[in-house]
Amino acid sequence: MALNGVFYSLMILAFLAFFVSRFLTLKTVKGDIRRLHSRPVYYGLNSLFLTVFPAVILLIVWSFAQSILIDEKVKQQIPENFITEDAPLNLIMSEVDRLSEGLKQLVDQGTLSATKVENEDSELFGIEDKLESAGVFLSSSISPEVLSASRSKFAMEAFGSSTRNWLAVLVSVLGFFWSLKNSTAEFRARNHVERITLFLLGTAATLAIFTSLGIVLSMIFEALRFFGMHPWTDFFFGSTWAPSFSAGSELSILPLLWGTLYISFVALLVSVPIGLYSAIYLSEYASKPIRAIAKPLLEILAGIPTIVYGLFALTTFGPLLRYFFGDGGFLGVEWMSDSRSVITAGVVMGMMLIPFVSSLSDDIINAVPQSLRDGSYGLGATQSETVRKVILPAALPGIIGAILLAASRAIGETMIVVLGAGAVAKFAGNPLEALTTITTRIVSQLTGDLEFDSPETLVAFALGLTLFTITLGLNVLALYIVRKYREQYE
Amino acid sequence: MKDQTYLDRESNLTPGISKISAKNVNVYYDDVQALKDVSVEIEKNAVTSFIGPSGCGKSTFLRCLNRMNDTIDICKVTGQILLEGEDIYDPKIDPVQLRAKVGMVFQKPNPFPKSVYDNIAYGPKIHGLANTKSDLDEIVEKSLRRAAIWDEVKDRLSSPATGLSGGQQQRICIARAIATSPDILLMDEPCSALDPIATAQVEELIDELRENFCVVIVTHSMQQAARVSKKTAFFHLGSLVEFGDTEKIFTNPNDPRTESYITGRIG
Ligand SMILES: Nc1ncnc2c1ncn2[C@@H]1O[C@H](COP(=O)(O)OP(=O)(O)OP(=O)(O)O)[C@@H](O)[C@H]1O
Ligand SMILES: [Mg+2]
Repeated sequence: MALNGVFYSLMILAFLAFFVSRFLTLKTVKGDIRRLHSRPVYYGLNSLFLTVFPAVILLIVWSFAQSILIDEKVKQQIPENFITEDAPLNLIMSEVDRLSEGLKQLVDQGTLSATKVENEDSELFGIEDKLESAGVFLSSSISPEVLSASRSKFAMEAFGSSTRNWLAVLVSVLGFFWSLKNSTAEFRARNHVERITLFLLGTAATLAIFTSLGIVLSMIFEALRFFGMHPWTDFFFGSTWAPSFSAGSELSILPLLWGTLYISFVALLVSVPIGLYSAIYLSEYASKPIRAIAKPLLEILAGIPTIVYGLFALTTFGPLLRYFFGDGGFLGVEWMSDSRSVITAGVVMGMMLIPFVSSLSDDIINAVPQSLRDGSYGLGATQSETVRKVILPAALPGIIGAILLAASRAIGETMIVVLGAGAVAKFAGNPLEALTTITTRIVSQLTGDLEFDSPETLVAFALGLTLFTITLGLNVLALYIVRKYREQYE
Repeated sequence: MKDQTYLDRESNLTPGISKISAKNVNVYYDDVQALKDVSVEIEKNAVTSFIGPSGCGKSTFLRCLNRMNDTIDICKVTGQILLEGEDIYDPKIDPVQLRAKVGMVFQKPNPFPKSVYDNIAYGPKIHGLANTKSDLDEIVEKSLRRAAIWDEVKDRLSSPATGLSGGQQQRICIARAIATSPDILLMDEPCSALDPIATAQVEELIDELRENFCVVIVTHSMQQAARVSKKTAFFHLGSLVEFGDTEKIFTNPNDPRTESYITGRIG
């Protein structure tokens, strides 16, 4: 039975379960709903859940276990002496994966019979051509070892999947019948449904937490590998960033951190005043119709992908700056040699952050109760006095939180700096010069076909982890401040 | 209901020249009419009280008198309100200056999230009423004393006013309003959260203010209206039912609705 067969069977069983148990329950009380513990729909849902969920859980768990077990088995089948320096085990395994996938495709298409693949003695003539015509391309010609491993992988997978699918349907049928015994008036169907729902929600939340945890753990693990190969003192306290893939790299985060902070600072310099003033204008001064147009417009700006801003920095804003400050430019100064610079990236990043700062601050200013404005106006204060002396001080903690959030976005921003900031890692003060940032270096260290086994590539994880720590710290601080401020009025 | 203070005041009454005169005031919140054709004369150097059941439009009318309704988008006011003969809804009038002259204590205490001192000093500072720090200190202390809260807060002038109790906050707001020395003080239920002692002190303040200012007070306490005011206006469902001398309203009202409200049968 194929997977979509399982899917349709489960659908039909779920449908049956819902209506049959609802019908049976109603029959026991002769249609008098008031004698039931719960409304009839809950009896139906309870059966439906019992019919579907155990089967689905079985499908998921089995699939995971199967792929791990089969991988192990296949690895053992590859002869020791077949593994060399040039063809390490993981390369061979990916070849096997691709080939067994191709075989499966051929069988699905009907070009090849499954028994022929699974039967060890039968020869597979012209398999390369068939694969190629089916759109599966292999890097080298197929060696007998790889072919045999792929065939056994195919066979094991076919057997495992079909067992799994039949079992899932069986479990579903059992769940269906088992649930029918609950079709009595006393059964607390509503409480059971509540509990199952709670379990589902809990699972979703747990998954969300575990994925984040997994990401952090894998970063920590890889970063530790890096610190095993490269002295941590150089990473944190060195002064030079000079990766070389031969030997003797100097991999210090400090010049990159300097570039990151410098560019973020320029971005905040642009975005905070403009964003804040526009928020004040929108929430305190703008008339209803203006607000109705301007607010969504700002929010659209916030939805522009950062790569678009990056392109703008690279093709429009950078060259424009260079036209003014560059060699032979409009002002006759030679301050800028490349259109990539701190200002280019910083200002464009600032533009990106304006709607972010503005909409956060707008929310915060709107949260200041109207009664405080009334109090101020009632004492004969003007609008600007009210804004300066009552509203902004009341909103200040929240606004600081918003600025910290913006800073954390600026520090973690990637595409704009990749395209606009340049690649020079040094401690330079001239904002018209190119600098580089942590995120840009992560991208450049990991571009290309790489093995993660040298300090030059693994440094990306140490950089990423440091970046993550900084932005996490900023976010926690910002959320703490914002929350504390919210408490004042609730 | 008749009590001593009230009678004393009646005897040495000067014939009132009206400070505020409202003619045919209608107020609409969107399409809903909240006030219908209200005409009132508010006397100089006297206390006028507004009474009436909840939702009858007392606060709405009070807010018309210093144009606080301007801050509500959906609110529309028609008719005429003259302050010393000048129409306050005239485009020439600056509502900011008007509100400096017509102070207000709101129904819900709304201290700023600043220190007690800064709350009181807010008005004097923006209007430049104090030239030196000691002048300002004096204004703050005097206002707090008159609002009967000085003893409670004198040791915590620099702690946030939002941390005070509801009744304390109410008196802080009264102190804040009188610190700017307005000509007219509009008080919307200034004693709603106060105990009898503090209430008596605030009433004393109102009596004292009457000598130089004009005070309008909204209250749900019949006794309070009878005690402090010279004139009383009874509102019902957005209309001004009856307006006249407090004694007359409380002893011999013209309108049966006034009588049933005062005796507790409607409201
Ligand atoms: N901002 C507003 N928007 C819409 N309707 C309002 C608004 N303020 C007041 N109203 C309506 O106007 C009417 C009068 O309200 P107002 O606050 O003046 O009553 P009140 O006499 O002060 O009552 P209370 O004694 O409960 O304070 C009410 O029906 C109220 O629903
Ligand atoms: Mg009111």
